[in-house]
Amino acid sequence: MAAGTTGEGTVAGARTHRVAHHFDNAEQQFESGKLGMWIFLATEILLFGGLFCAYAVYRSNHPEVFIYAHRFLDKTLGAINTAVLICSSFTMALAVRAAQLGRRRQLVGLLGATVALAACFLGIKGLEYEKKWKEGLLWGAHFHAKLAPAPPALPQTLPPVPAAAGEERSLIPPAAIGPAGLARPGQPAVAEGPEGPPHDVQVFFAVYFLMTGLHGVHVIIGMALLSWMMVRAGRGEFSPGYLTPVDLTGLYWHLVDLIWIFLFPLLYLIR
Amino acid sequence: MTGIESATGGFGSGGNALGRDNYLNHERGIKSWLLTRDHKRIGVMYLVVILSSFFLGGIFAELIRTKLLTPGNSALMKADTYNQMFTLHGAIMIFLFVIPGIPASLGNFVLPLMLGAKDVAFPRLNLASFYLWVGGATLALVSMVTGAVDTGWTFYTPYSTTTNTNVILMVAGVFVLGFSSIFTGLNFVVTIHKLRPAGMTWFRMPLFLWGIYGTAIIQIMATPVLGITLLLLIAERALGIGIFDPALGGDPVLFQHFFWFYSHPAVYIMILPAMGVISELVSVFSRKHIFGYTFIAMSSIAIAVLSFLVWGHHMFVAGQSTLSSMIFSFLTFMVAIPSAVKVFNWLATMYKGSIWLATPMLYVLSFLFLFGIGGLTGLFLGALAVDVHLHDTYFVVAHFHYVMFGGTVIAFLGGLHYWWPKMFGRMYSEFWGRIGALLVFVGFNTTFFTQFVMGSHGAPRRSYHYQPQFEAYHRLSTIGAYILGVGFVVIAVYLIHSLLRGRPAPANPWGGATLEWQASSPPPHDNFASTPAVGDPYDVEAWTWDGAVGGFVRRTPAEQPAGS
Amino acid sequence: MRETAHAEAAAAGQTAAVGHVVPLRVLVAVWGTLLALTGLTVAAAGVDLGSYNLGVAMLIATAKATLVLLFFMHLRYDRPILAIVFVTALLFVALFVSIALLDSNAYAHQLIPGYGPALPK
Repeated sequence: MAAGTTGEGTVAGARTHRVAHHFDNAEQQFESGKLGMWIFLATEILLFGGLFCAYAVYRSNHPEVFIYAHRFLDKTLGAINTAVLICSSFTMALAVRAAQLGRRRQLVGLLGATVALAACFLGIKGLEYEKKWKEGLLWGAHFHAKLAPAPPALPQTLPPVPAAAGEERSLIPPAAIGPAGLARPGQPAVAEGPEGPPHDVQVFFAVYFLMTGLHGVHVIIGMALLSWMMVRAGRGEFSPGYLTPVDLTGLYWHLVDLIWIFLFPLLYLIR
Repeated sequence: MTGIESATGGFGSGGNALGRDNYLNHERGIKSWLLTRDHKRIGVMYLVVILSSFFLGGIFAELIRTKLLTPGNSALMKADTYNQMFTLHGAIMIFLFVIPGIPASLGNFVLPLMLGAKDVAFPRLNLASFYLWVGGATLALVSMVTGAVDTGWTFYTPYSTTTNTNVILMVAGVFVLGFSSIFTGLNFVVTIHKLRPAGMTWFRMPLFLWGIYGTAIIQIMATPVLGITLLLLIAERALGIGIFDPALGGDPVLFQHFFWFYSHPAVYIMILPAMGVISELVSVFSRKHIFGYTFIAMSSIAIAVLSFLVWGHHMFVAGQSTLSSMIFSFLTFMVAIPSAVKVFNWLATMYKGSIWLATPMLYVLSFLFLFGIGGLTGLFLGALAVDVHLHDTYFVVAHFHYVMFGGTVIAFLGGLHYWWPKMFGRMYSEFWGRIGALLVFVGFNTTFFTQFVMGSHGAPRRSYHYQPQFEAYHRLSTIGAYILGVGFVVIAVYLIHSLLRGRPAPANPWGGATLEWQASSPPPHDNFASTPAVGDPYDVEAWTWDGAVGGFVRRTPAEQPAGS
Repeated sequence: MRETAHAEAAAAGQTAAVGHVVPLRVLVAVWGTLLALTGLTVAAAGVDLGSYNLGVAMLIATAKATLVLLFFMHLRYDRPILAIVFVTALLFVALFVSIALLDSNAYAHQLIPGYGPALPK
């Protein structure tokens, strides 16, 4: 993504940057790249927006599940990870500043620090995943944690549907049993045992793994981009007049941080 | 100032550049095409692949219609094959043809030219979009031979999570195609914002660009939601994640919300550029300034925004709550307003114009007629009570095809004929052009008007067997599909013939006042020999036919200062 | 006229820094505030505020996000169009989430809790 937005004048090893033929000047090229990147960030927001929507729907329909299941997440590790990402955002902002001021060594060092912090984040995330894996606290089809005591069994036989009223002449005979997944009218919405865990705990972990998983993929992509920027900065490709790739990678990295800022309270700090 | 004379008259034989340096012969060899960053070449490459997908989707359509000649079992295909056929017809036509159709091929070619720019903002990203399209199409084609999907193009859960066809590969293909669409939209928005030359203000932009801009907004804001929907569907099938699968505690209605949040705006991705094309053509071929420029431009943006507020009208009978249904039904009626604003302005443009019935104008007239029917039947379907009766019948199929085929494809054909001389520097046969337009119009109405009647009688869509009472309608519909097929063969033959033998085209064969007609036909690599003079894009009356040039020239150029 | 102005701007673009250089002091202050707010949100989750807990957590997260956007991502110094793009995306997410939520709440009472024949026992 960042590669596509740099225009076509990037000559490897060159210290000055040529403005692509269809731009009038470097400023127009820089502004265009930035607008393109922000539009791309908007699409990222909407991509994650789908998962936030799934989160909202399941949390509002199963609040007891979210309150119950979030206790299985490690709040301390989550808070540490939040701090780690904020620090990496800070080093990234400093890196862009170093590029603007033409401090090459500082730029390479700060990009390196950002990558290291990102790796630290992934390491902690990996520890958390490992624990969930061992305990069987996984999504839908793979959820096999022992949550004692077992929830009460579903009623297997549903009462028969009353015959259609006389004036409703339908050619289709009434169904003997309603479509699967729908409750009969009047049945209580939450049939929870007094002491036992709520139903559908697996839904929380599906949402948890989807959100943190997609975020983790973005962290990995970000690390790749940052490492590439480090190599290019080491070759001296950036100058105060040309730092579009560093700036755009920075914007992407801050967005990754931004999303985590919301994921942390939504997943770890439910009450 | 000197740009006008040199651009229109400086190339000899009316501005034709076939014998000179132009974008087609600027570089040679297959590699210069495959690695090009020239928006014109990328547009032509898109045209080739998109028309190929249209051909493939068309073959499936003809096969489906042939099966439906008889109500019972058919030797042509089994019921399972039939399910795969209509799914592939839908998926190919929607994702490979109609969505990228006008923006990626015609839009890529003419957007920078109309704007007076040298290229789109990110030429490399543009090429990457093309290859993403190719990659997505390849995945979809591989899925076809390894277990073609039979879910319908909507991939509804829970069927799509349980069928044994290759849903993952198809969905992955559509995911990649989505990114192609996003990057095209992103490129166009930045180009329009940042690359307008001096004098090209927002309200001097041709209306096609407003249409493309509105489209790009939808592409950017809606497509990512399709992306996450498809990722969740893949996760559902591959990992059993349990978000949409009721057997795992998931919510299948939520899938429909996710899907239609993209796919309803997506039908406006399909129709908005078509409306833009019509806005150009109707002014040029009525030889009259466009009526209500600002209203047409703003209605494009209004449609883009409103398109996000109506997705629930696909879910009236899908378990959606009554409250949502009522809200969505109301909002659906609202979308009719900006669409009608456009239609009235086009009609007002034609009023008292000197209408020139060239091939592109025949497509404009077809569009007005067919889109009118398609749009109004959309209101039937948006009405809650009527929809319960008409839902999932052939009425919906007919409505959809009147809008998508009668609207988008007809406008695409009109635009293709209009810009063909600019793209390839050759004129096609006007006689055969009109025959082709007529055949398409007659064939289309025979095929789909019948389906309106059939659907209102309750014929369910997507079914292999049907009741014998519908046999006459199905036969008539199939005959129409064959006429349509013949029409497309005629069009393909004369267009290809024109590439080889066509009369060399002048710079301005139709008398358009937008900037692309100031470049030679075909345009040079850098689009304009000199910076074009930006004026009123609909000042078509300033252009007059010159028999010596064989095209239109600006009336007394010396007395018309630039920017008048 | 225009050409010479561009030539000057292009020449200037090669030497002067493009974009606004954020002062070091501001970056450090933002960093400190972000860390402090993280601590605050963890602490606030320990206090029972009933249904306000979610609101407080979201408020703090929004404050943190705004700081990142304004200073780390330069929105404070950039052209407004970039902020418009970003806010538009947020509005579309809000639209999507709110209508989906409205609808799913309306049919939530029809779902059978614990229904899931494909779940492992």
